[in-house]
Amino acid sequence: MLEPGRPKPKPTPETKHFWDGAKQGKLLLQRCGDTGKAYFPPRPFSPYTGTRNVSVFEASGRATLHSYVIHHRPVPGFTPPYAIAVVELEEGPRLMTNIIDCPQTPEALVLDMQLEVAFTPMDDDISLPLFRPTKGA
Amino acid sequence: MLGRGEIAIVGAAESTQIGAVPGMSQIMLHADAALNAMAETGLKPSDIDGVACVGPMMPQQIAHYLGITPKWVDGTGVGGCSFMLHVRHAAAAIHAGYANTILITHGESGKSRINATPRPAEPESLNGQFEIPYGPFGPPTLFPIPVLRYMKTLGVTHEDLARVSVVTREWASKNPRAMFRDLITIDDVLNSRMIAYPFRILQCCLVTDGGGALILTKSDRAKDFPTKPVYILGTGESVETNMVSQMADFTSSSAFRVAGPTAIKAAGIAHKDVDHLMIYDAFAHLPMYGLEDLGFVKRGEAKDFIKEGHTRPGGKLPLNTNGGGLSYTHTGMYGMFALQESVRQMRGTAPAQVPGAKISVCHGVGGMFSASGTVVFSNQRP
Repeated sequence: MLEPGRPKPKPTPETKHFWDGAKQGKLLLQRCGDTGKAYFPPRPFSPYTGTRNVSVFEASGRATLHSYVIHHRPVPGFTPPYAIAVVELEEGPRLMTNIIDCPQTPEALVLDMQLEVAFTPMDDDISLPLFRPTKGA
Repeated sequence: MLGRGEIAIVGAAESTQIGAVPGMSQIMLHADAALNAMAETGLKPSDIDGVACVGPMMPQQIAHYLGITPKWVDGTGVGGCSFMLHVRHAAAAIHAGYANTILITHGESGKSRINATPRPAEPESLNGQFEIPYGPFGPPTLFPIPVLRYMKTLGVTHEDLARVSVVTREWASKNPRAMFRDLITIDDVLNSRMIAYPFRILQCCLVTDGGGALILTKSDRAKDFPTKPVYILGTGESVETNMVSQMADFTSSSAFRVAGPTAIKAAGIAHKDVDHLMIYDAFAHLPMYGLEDLGFVKRGEAKDFIKEGHTRPGGKLPLNTNGGGLSYTHTGMYGMFALQESVRQMRGTAPAQVPGAKISVCHGVGGMFSASGTVVFSNQRP
């Protein structure tokens, strides 16, 4: 469970499937029907060609650490220092997240390190796709 | 087609005070700067027929507050570079005959927060769903997110990034209006308080109060005004994404790569013709991205270009000569102050004047790399 006070996302009709999937522990991406390329954040058309021919699929949950900052000031719901990270999913898209089960230090947070998704509930409605270092990597 | 130098800036002024201005609300900072710009040109509100300022419902507030009845307005609000876009749009509007004399204003009570613009977090927005839940809290936590990737890809060190603040402070030391004027060293920067690794407080912009205003008209009318005209040679604009996590390339800004070269091409100049450069420095990495994405140096060369002293006082490409957002002032939307410094350099009135400067490029960024605008100025009409 996450500490209280963290801002909670509110799904829209275009993103509901993502958050429903997250609640079930699935990282759902979408794929462009014209190019076959995955994209994020969710929308019911392709940002590559504009086609509405798109599909939802479950991503592997594997990612690498693309970049981050380590925030040193207090924010409601967070205890500093904490990293705000961007990970690159195996399927291509990037997303913002936090890295758990890892010291929040430059020494421990090494760019391109292997990560895996770790869904973490905020409450009964919302689970966040956080990431942790891949075991054994 | 809008001609090079067809439109000029004939009025340019900042608010009477900048920095901590607890005696003025945000709307009065707009008005104070506008009145200063009108005073130096000898214009009255009734002479102005176009108004631009940032944000929804703002042009009508500013026009009515100042007693202007505009026949052209622009409320483009894409962050701190909005004013570069206003200049571009205003030049096109004057060329089209939509207005003759356009006033662009900025005011922001960024420090004192008197009638300041609220920044609500919308949990249904894409940012609210896919960025805000992970703990970013304002620009210091978002703008630097690409920096570690930039450093790894291009071999940039913490010392290289600290040097940007050191050089900018050298310029600020020459400017009596700059908030911070004491010279600093790389060690000072690297030992200053950590804000959001890899950036420390001396690599983050100031938070101040202030305003600025510009008045544009046809260059053919410039002789009617007592001020020295500053001609607009070329402009450019673009946007990418307001989610920094979704930037296509963390080592280069798409919006920069469109806006900058568009302006330079329109101006009909080569990079070597540029005598003076402003690159909006909300954080220490932005001058490096700007130098590379605008083509002043090749990719990965900005760190050495700065290290070799080319952007310092006496260097071949003086950069951020007012002291920048890092040391001069930064109200929240600093682009207006970068434009003011370009105009001062072209008028020959800057506190740290570049001797003989004839061409100035002013490049702005808005909203964590989400938007960009560039203006090329000259004090000589082509």
